[in-house]
Amino acid sequence: MSDAVLSLPRRPAAGRPAAALARTLTDVPVMIARCVRLSRRNLDAVLTSLMLPVLLMLLFVYLFGGAIATGTSYVSYVVPGVLLLCTGFGAASTAVTVCQDMTGGIVDRFRSLDVPAPAFLAGHVLASLARNAVSTILVLGVAFLIGFRPHAGPAAWLAAAGILLSFILAISWLAAAAGLLTRSAEAANGVTFLVMFLPYPSSTFVPIHTMPAWLQGFATNQPITPVVETLRGLLLGTPAGARPWHALAWCGGIMLASVAVSGAAFRHRTA
Amino acid sequence: MAAEPAVEASGLEKSFGSVNVLAGVDLTVPRGSRYALLGPNGAGKTTTVRILSALTRPDAGRAWVAGCDVVADRHRLRSRISLAGQYAALDGLATGEENLRMAGRLSGLGRGQARRRAAELLETFGLGGAARRRVAAYSGGMRRRLDLAASLVTEPSVIFLDEPTTGLDLPGRLVLWRVITQLSDSGVTVFLTTQYLEEADQLADRIAVIDGGRVVAEGTPGELKRRAAAQRLELRLAGAGAFEQVALAAGDRVIHADRGGLIIGVATDGTAAQVRALLDELDPGRRAVAAFSVRSATLEDVFLALTGHAGQEARIGHPSGGPAHQAAHEKETSGV
Repeated sequence: MSDAVLSLPRRPAAGRPAAALARTLTDVPVMIARCVRLSRRNLDAVLTSLMLPVLLMLLFVYLFGGAIATGTSYVSYVVPGVLLLCTGFGAASTAVTVCQDMTGGIVDRFRSLDVPAPAFLAGHVLASLARNAVSTILVLGVAFLIGFRPHAGPAAWLAAAGILLSFILAISWLAAAAGLLTRSAEAANGVTFLVMFLPYPSSTFVPIHTMPAWLQGFATNQPITPVVETLRGLLLGTPAGARPWHALAWCGGIMLASVAVSGAAFRHRTA
Repeated sequence: MAAEPAVEASGLEKSFGSVNVLAGVDLTVPRGSRYALLGPNGAGKTTTVRILSALTRPDAGRAWVAGCDVVADRHRLRSRISLAGQYAALDGLATGEENLRMAGRLSGLGRGQARRRAAELLETFGLGGAARRRVAAYSGGMRRRLDLAASLVTEPSVIFLDEPTTGLDLPGRLVLWRVITQLSDSGVTVFLTTQYLEEADQLADRIAVIDGGRVVAEGTPGELKRRAAAQRLELRLAGAGAFEQVALAAGDRVIHADRGGLIIGVATDGTAAQVRALLDELDPGRRAVAAFSVRSATLEDVFLALTGHAGQEARIGHPSGGPAHQAAHEKETSGV
């Protein structure tokens, strides 16, 4: 071992709030880069989160779509929902990686390097955002190839991107919370199945009025429906009414609750 | 100058659910020392290290490390210490170099500085050739070294090593021993835990023996050895019958017994008169004892005397893959 081992200066401590904020800002990019690197190298997860939404879209458009009357071409009807479906698949890998970090010992490294908990979690959430951006673009590309023709101006596209972004952020934080609340990767994965299932009893694949009466109430008032309808309204010009506000309220609510739960769970796990 | 100790703990208690892991641990670790916390599995070693490195809060008691309170002042503390835990805290899907660069960036180094530091550490720890390989493909020893390197991206004043050599083969253990010794020579206080007496004896200048969540003995290896019988008379018996006969005759003076190897150890002060008397008493027919030697007590003897865990002798005395430690570390003072 050379003398060089101990030649570097000590780092500043992150005790005061201002210092903690500065640390968060400098550590977040490092944590994002880490999560993106790890997910890029986890080929199974990459393929699952990229291929499954595309395959499901093809399945619905070509196998079930002919039997579902929606008043528009089915591909146009289903694409906004498939974009949300991507988020569900992306959430699974976020929850699993957060859970693995908590149980695998690396969180001890981050804590002994005094990485603030918000930086650790934000790294996961923002990497999830990056993964979702890739799968969203892929799904949209394939959708265009099979006949998806939205009639939306730049402002509507921008608004749609904004809604989608809020939804992805909300679900990613929810996934991070799931990863913190579970003690094994399997359990973390299991929790995200709920999120992946939620698009089915909603207006994502079939119009709600075709469902049994007892399900219609749930389907109308669960978070996926207003988000899907808002995206349809923006991209296809269907009437959305007050749904954009419902969608934003759901996304904001889920995100705030998940951030709060994540913070509490992280403190509890590291007490 | 009487420097304040690197670590000072008093009355540390910790329970997980109904399991009482620490029942009042007191420690004083002089600055610049190599300190070993020695004990069997479940004695509370890891919990002690986690409390001292501000990863776990104690239920009761207080501790200061590098001048910082481990609870109130934990952020400042973390900038002054390093921890290499029992399970290598590394990203398996990232390369060795990427792991070190990340640790560097999270330690406040700039991009270029972190890259240079990573290269330096990889060379230092003999991992230069594996820099661009994924850690998942590393051997256990390489992981341990990388983990230690990752905890040294910036200078700590105290480094905690939780069972640094558990699971390593002999070459891996020797490399780590050398690294730890050099680290200590450069002025860093090294606090390590181990369940191997041999390792504590080799590495540490002070040892605390922990058992059942309490420190049961503390001192230099020499002081601890003197607390047990200073010497033992080791008898090699002629056969199984002779073994039983001598074991019976020696009664509770037996401090070491190896039925398979036909060896019995008896406490002695090492004087010729006493050895002669013992031999005559234990083997009046002069047939049972085939050979004898007088050995200085090992830490193993001390450990057994202090904790009464005779049943754990095999695990504690013989690190997996380690050398025949008795041959290597006992000083034979006479023999037949």
